[in-house]
Formats: sequence, C-alpha cells, structure tokens
Amino acid sequence: MLIFLGRFWEALTRRIDTMLFAVAIGIVGVGLVTLFSAADQSVGRVSTQVASIGFAVILMWITANIPPQTLARVAVPLYVAAVLMLIGVALFGVVVNGSRRWLNLGVARFQPSELMKIAMPIMLAWYFQKFEGRIGWKDFVFAGILIVVPVYLVKRQPDLGTALLIGASGFYVLFLAGLSWKIIVGLFALAAATGPLVWQHLHGYQQERILTFIDPTRDPLGAGYHSTQASIAIGSGGVVGKGWLNGTQTHLDFLPERHTDFIFAVFGEEFGLIGNCLLLILYLVLIARALLITANASTMFARLLAGTITLMFFTYAFVNMGMVSGVLPVVGVPLPLMSYGGTALISLFIGLGVLMSVSAHRKLVTT
Amino acid sequence: MTRRRLLFASRRQPSGFGASELRNAERELFLFRRRLMVAGALVVIAFGGLFARFFYLQVLQHAHFQTLAETNRIAIVPIVPNRGVITDRNGVVLAQSYSAYTLEVMPARVASLDKTIDQLAEIVDIQPRDRKRFRKLLDESKNFESLPLRTRLSDEEVARFAVNRYRFPGVEIKARLFRQYPYGEHASHVVGYIGRITDKDIERIGEWEETANYKGSDYIGKVGVELSYERELHGTTGVEEVEVDAGGRAVRTLSRSPPVSGNNLRLSLDIGLQEAAEVAFGDRRGALVAIDPTSGDVLAFVSKPGYDPNLFVEGIDPANWQELNESPDKPLLNRPLRGAYPPGSTIKPFLALSALNSGKRTPQQTIYDPGFFQIPGQAHRFRDDKPGGHGTVDMYKSIVVSCDTYYYILASETDIDETARFMSRLGFGGKTGIDIEGELTGTLPSRDWKRQRFAGKQYREEHRKWYLGDSISAGIGQGYNAFTPIQLAHAIAMVANDGVGYTPHLVKSVQNLRTGEVREVAAQPATHLDIKPEYLAVIKHALAGVNKEGTSAAAFRDAKYASGGKTGTAQVYSLKGEKYTEHKVDERLRDHAWFMAYAPLDQPRIALAVLVENGGFGAQAAAPIARKVLDHYLLGKSDPGAVPLQPDRPSDDESD
Repeated sequence: MLIFLGRFWEALTRRIDTMLFAVAIGIVGVGLVTLFSAADQSVGRVSTQVASIGFAVILMWITANIPPQTLARVAVPLYVAAVLMLIGVALFGVVVNGSRRWLNLGVARFQPSELMKIAMPIMLAWYFQKFEGRIGWKDFVFAGILIVVPVYLVKRQPDLGTALLIGASGFYVLFLAGLSWKIIVGLFALAAATGPLVWQHLHGYQQERILTFIDPTRDPLGAGYHSTQASIAIGSGGVVGKGWLNGTQTHLDFLPERHTDFIFAVFGEEFGLIGNCLLLILYLVLIARALLITANASTMFARLLAGTITLMFFTYAFVNMGMVSGVLPVVGVPLPLMSYGGTALISLFIGLGVLMSVSAHRKLVTT
Repeated sequence: MTRRRLLFASRRQPSGFGASELRNAERELFLFRRRLMVAGALVVIAFGGLFARFFYLQVLQHAHFQTLAETNRIAIVPIVPNRGVITDRNGVVLAQSYSAYTLEVMPARVASLDKTIDQLAEIVDIQPRDRKRFRKLLDESKNFESLPLRTRLSDEEVARFAVNRYRFPGVEIKARLFRQYPYGEHASHVVGYIGRITDKDIERIGEWEETANYKGSDYIGKVGVELSYERELHGTTGVEEVEVDAGGRAVRTLSRSPPVSGNNLRLSLDIGLQEAAEVAFGDRRGALVAIDPTSGDVLAFVSKPGYDPNLFVEGIDPANWQELNESPDKPLLNRPLRGAYPPGSTIKPFLALSALNSGKRTPQQTIYDPGFFQIPGQAHRFRDDKPGGHGTVDMYKSIVVSCDTYYYILASETDIDETARFMSRLGFGGKTGIDIEGELTGTLPSRDWKRQRFAGKQYREEHRKWYLGDSISAGIGQGYNAFTPIQLAHAIAMVANDGVGYTPHLVKSVQNLRTGEVREVAAQPATHLDIKPEYLAVIKHALAGVNKEGTSAAAFRDAKYASGGKTGTAQVYSLKGEKYTEHKVDERLRDHAWFMAYAPLDQPRIALAVLVENGGFGAQAAAPIARKVLDHYLLGKSDPGAVPLQPDRPSDDESD
C-alpha cells in the first residue's frame, strides 16, 4: 500500500519543479491572506479564489506533462487562428464599452487578444528554432512582421495595454534570439522619436489616462483617484505596516479595485516596507528559478519560450506594482498570483507548467 | 555585433559540417545565456527601482501619507448635478428636482445603530416605516455608504438636530435632491419615474463608461422619458475636495469644481390636450396616441389607468406596490406601446389601400353582400354584423359602413404574405421607433410568422400550416392580427400625411442649460409609402365619409371641422357562431372599441388612435373620446398660454 502510494506520488510529482511550485504557492498564500482583508473578511471571495487556484494547479500539472515539442507543433495553427480571430473581431466583433475586443461565439464571448498573448511567443520560438543556425536579418524582419500585425490589430480595437503586452512578448523572443543591440537601441530611439506622432493617433481615453498619470488630480473620481489613494495606502503603511486587517485606507473604502488590480496597495498598507521586500524577494526567487530553467533548456524553442514566459511574468509584476505605487500609468494588469480573478491565475499557472515541462524534459531530448 | 559575426559565420559554413555546427550551437547557447543574464540584470534593476519607490513612499514620505490617511483624511466628495427638468411643449413643468434636507447615517461610523436611532427619534420624528426602509437600504447597501433615515426634514427638525449634533458621530444632515412629478398620474407613462440605482443599473452605467460620473448619484431613470433620456437628464457630477475629521465629517472644503446640471427636455406632448384626453376616458381602461402627422410630434399619449410616479422615487412601499402590480386593471402597463390588440375594422382602410396598390380592386368594383361569406365547399358562415347584408358594396361604401363581407371576399382572393408585405410598409409588425423603451412589435400574420409561432414541439404540422380561414379572419382585423395603439396612430398619420411617415417622438428638443443651446429632435421623414396619390385620395375620401355619413357620424355631428376616421371593434372572446349580445358577456370579455381619426381633412394637423378596453362598439365608446380630443386641439380650447391645472404640491408627509 505504502509502496503504491509512493509510486503514485512519484508519478504525480515527477514533472513538478518543487522550488518553482513552492514559491508560487507561497505568493498565492500571501495573496489569499491579503484578499481576506481586502474583501472585508468575506470567506466567499477567498473560497472562490481557492477554487480557481485548485483548477489552475491541475492545468499546470497537465501542461507540465506535455513535452515542449508538442507545443511547437501547434505553434503555426495557433498563431494563424489567433490572427484570423483578431481580423474577425475587426470585421464583426462585439462592441463593449466602446471597444471592439470580443468575438461572439454564441455561447460565450471570447477575447482573441488573450489567445494572442500565448500564441505570439510560441510562434516566434518555433520560427527561430526551425531556422536555428542560419538565422539572418531577414528572419528578424519576418519575425517583426509577425509581431506588428497582431499588435496593430489589437491596438485599433482599441486596447493599447494588451497591444503593448503582446508586443513586449514578441520583443522578448527577438531579444533572446539575439537581435543586434544596435537594432534594439535603434528601435527605442525610433519609439522615442515617433512618440508625438503616436500620441496623436491615441484615442481620447488613452491620452486621458497618460495625462492622468502625469497629474492625478485631472480625474479625481476615476483613475487619478485610484492612483492617489493607492499611494496614500502604501505610504501610510510605513516600515512595518498597519497590521493585517487594520489598513484604514482599505477598510474605510477609500481604495478602489482592491481585490483585483490594486491588491498590492492593501498588502503594502498592512505589511509595510518589510512585507513589500519579502514579496519582491519571493518574485525574484521565482524569476531566478525560471531563468535557471531557461538557461538549461535543451532546445532553441524551449529556451525562447521559457525565457519569454519568465520575462512576461516579470513584466506583469513590475507593471502592476509600478502602477499601484504611482510610477507607471494605470493600466489593467493584475498582480501575478495575488490578484483576485480566475483567468489570470489559469494563464499564469499554465505558464509555470510550461516552465516545469521545459525543465523536466531537458534530459530526455539532449541525448 | 557578435550577432552579425555569427550570422556571417553560419553563412560561410554550409550546414552538414558537423564540428563547426556543434561549435556554433555551443556558441549560440553561450550568447543566449549572456542575453539571459542581461535580462536577469534588468529584472534586478527594475525591482531595485520598485524598492526605491517603496522606500520613498513608506519611509521618506511616510509621515506625510500617514497624516493624509490618519488625521486629516482628504475625501473626494462628488457633488450630484441637478437633474434636467421635463416640460411639455408649452413649457409646463412635468418633472423637476428640488432640494430638501435628509438625515443620513453612516452605519460604519455608528457603534450601535438601534440605540442611535432611538436617540434620534427623540429629536426628529422617526416613524416605524422610516426604520423599516432604513433597514432595507442597509441590507442592500455597500459597506461605507451614507444612508438616508428621514427625508424632507422640516426647518425646525434641522435646527433641533444641529444643536444635538455632537451627540451623534456618523449622523449628518445633508441636502439632497428629490424628484417631483407635479402632474402625478397625468402622462405618467410618458414621463416615467426615477428610482434608486440597482446592481443592474450599475452595469448599464459601466457600459456607458460613466461610472465616475455617477459617483454620488442615488437615482436613475427607470421608466419612460426619464429612462430613455437618462444620459441627457443626468448632468455632470462635480467634485469637492474636503478635509474630513475622525468622525467622517467634512471640516473644510479645499477645492471645488461645480457640477453641470442635466439638460432640460421639452416634450412634444401638450399637457392640456393630454388631460382633456385622460378626462375623456373617465374610469375606462384604454390607450390614446395623438400625433402631428407632419412632424411625428406625439401630442398626447394616454395609458389608462395611470399611476402616481411620485410613489416610486424613494422606493415604493410594499402595499402600494402590491396594489399597482396585482390590480387587474394593470395600471403599470404602457398600453400604447405594449398593449397589442386585434385591430378589428380599423384595418379595413389599410387593406383597401393594399388592394388598390396591388390592382386587386378598383374603387368602382362592387361585390354583393348577402350578410355572410362562405368558403366554397364549406358550411361555416363568416357573418357580417348587419343581418341580411349591405347589398351592393363598392370600396367607398365598404369603409363607410364597415362591410365585413367585402373584406372576407378580398381576403379570400389575396395572398396573406402579400398583405403582410404591404402592411409592414405602414409600420405594422415592427417598432415605430418612438423614443421611450419597451415598444412591442405586435403581430402581423404571414405564413413565415405562423410557422415560427407554432414551431414548438407541442405543435404539429397542421398547426403550422396557413389556411384560407386564417386569411378570412385576418381580413377583418381579427384572427392573428394584433397591433399596438402607437402603430395604428402612426399608420393613420402616414395616410393623413399623404404617405410620408415620421418616427413618432415624445421629446421635441433638448436644452443645454449652461450654453443655452437647444437641440431639436430631428423631424426627418422616416418612410415614404411610395403609392399613387389617387389611391390615397380614394381612402381619405372614404375615411371622411365614415365621420360624415358612416359608422361614426353620430359622434361627429356638428363638428366645426372636417375629419376622417374609422371605427373598429375587436373581439376579445370568440362566441363560436352565437350572436354577440353585450350585456350577456362578462365585462372583461367584452369587445375592445377602436377609433382612429385625423383632422382637418385638407391639411391634417393631428392624427390619433383610441382604444377603449372592453368598451364595446368603437363608434359608441371610442369615437366620442376622439371627438373631444380633436375639438380640444383644433378649436383652441387648449391655447398655449392657458394656465395649467394647479399641480399637486409635494405633501409634507412621506411619499410612501
């Protein structure tokens, strides 16, 4: 019996990277503790989140057991399907809140830009693996086109935030694939130079968001209010914080969106600088472990995909904490593994599953 | 640059050169790891930046933020804008806002609610129903809202509380805006009412991207023009930045950007005419829609019985709600929009027009009416209302005496789908597009319609098939036909205006109070019937004949203007061949009475449709109401400068 259980356990955990999983669960735990406070000690919200986590972990386990090369095989169809769906959105998408982001599938509405977030790095990683060893500048140009087309389609929905995130994931693949530094610097210079031009093409509300970031008092009831109140919450937390369940900003209802995008403000208020540092360290350890897995990955595809997932994880964490603490504009990016919400949790844990798969299938392929 | 060297290297050495490839692969891995290290360094730098920011906020600026958070909380207080005023076409106020004092409690700042309320009751009058309503609000509210305990405080009560204010942390007197409908039941189905914002409303506000603008707003349009023009009426919320003490009270104002009042609406409705029409109905149930055929202005829009919209504003109490909701008279039903009734004989002029247009009939063509019609080979007799029949009947006479047999025969020779196509051009079976919500399309029967209507599994093929008998019943406006009063008014207005139709609209113009700019609701012709003028002339001549020498001649005796009209009587209850005797039938099963009319004949200024539920014959019940409304409108009894009825003042006691 014991042997059986042992075997079972072995089979269950074979592909699971213990350290990655432990740190992720640690962050999730911190998230639940914070959520309990943010939700005014309502057990309902916490248990919903726990259910989402359970489901996401199962998906992570399944993903971890799929060899990376299987993912490589679906790269092209996945990418093509995502682009076609984005075109479909442009032609007959459902308009919600003035943006055309959704496809109506009869049963449910579906946001193809979410699919593109996954499809983009898989596609590019597959492309560079296919031409491994003979990658020339033409390949980078072609990859650039693969990035620009969906980014443009998402941008004109309009959904600038998601477009930038998709662009970033594509850029990370190029960067890791060895895009020349000159071109990288050139791209950033170009971006800076065309900034004013882009500004004119932004939609009113996008301009408004950036202006609000520069001067939060512009929109005191909307995004500016969020930003101001979040800064007050974090700042008043001090070094040791006000203590769990004692955040005044949180509990006097000054803090908006405190379960979701602004959960970090609740954490910062109640646990202070010490808590923030511990959280930063947890994220750093997770990212470091993921980078290590990436460095030891066996194939080009696995390397590029794992590296991009790691950097996207970092990007989400950085953008969210930067936005909540008032150094970046308010965009709708959740804090990885902490914010309330099933969709984000599922994609993050699937990402972790891919990393584990890359780590576990390393030796099998290298021989 | 290493990259480029590598590129050239790989170009020079074609694949298949084993050792070099292995070296290349190693080299590439090395380069990749270097990139990864760069990325790792960036991660550390970025997190270092975040740490610096946290350090700045939580150590260097801690005192500042602590002050903001703890001692002097700066609260951003929304200032709710004045909701726009709704007036009739002559500027008579139908809905307005006024400011009154309310006693409000912030439950989060009160230790014991019951004790506090008991103590408050010693100072201000708090009735059990106030407590009950407060409890209800408390259950529905979010955590830290301020909730009204008593509304419309008297000056004396305000003064008494001000003296005792120190005893009640978390309790405050606030000036809130209340909505008042001076005309009460009159035009209640047009104006509608506002009510407290519910979760569903919050969703809707989110879809408009107006969430910030509704901060502090407690009410939103629920029905009628209040609903459909909500975004015009609401206005822009202002903001006040105030310092708040530990008790949550505003200590002083730091900055203020004033709210912008909502836009005023001027309705096309004439409240004088509206009242005259409602009075003409007496206690009877029914609907009336009067339209200016040359613009689509809705001049009167009656749904009887009405209800007092003032009851809904502060949340209706259960007793009143039950009474309104469960009354068999259905006072909450907007009959002109949502009451679909068989049109009865009012359909005849339109079917005659269709027959002229398709060439099925000429005006001179006659039939012989023996008093009934039989489908060849069938025993069933479709009876005419006149025993023995009308004899020889041409098109003019068929309308003037409302001869059923003429239309039985016409229907037996006409394909129902062709009829449906023509009738839909007149607006039947579709929405007229009037600017309040909830309009029904009614039923315009066709083969496709019947197939879909009986598509369910419980029906068989024989239920779905279209029969000649269906056409015959439909041919005199019975059977499956069901039209709304607004559809009928719209259609007769179109005929009166020589085939040019306007979308009916209740709001004539929208006035921006701040800029003084007035935006007219465009009166563009929406539809052209595209029919020969001589065909319309035939029908209009016959409609004039109805009021002069036909079924409604009695109701229009001695009228000082020439008018056209048509009566209709719609069966509610099928008597299966028995003769209908009014007094034998239960009141609720009596026929509905219809009348539609327009006047003056040469240049129509008003077209209307009247329905009296269970009124019996159209000529007796509905035509006299139409006469009164036309008299009122055309003979100057409603001159625009007339002093309106004294509106009900807001009563001192609670509205509920």
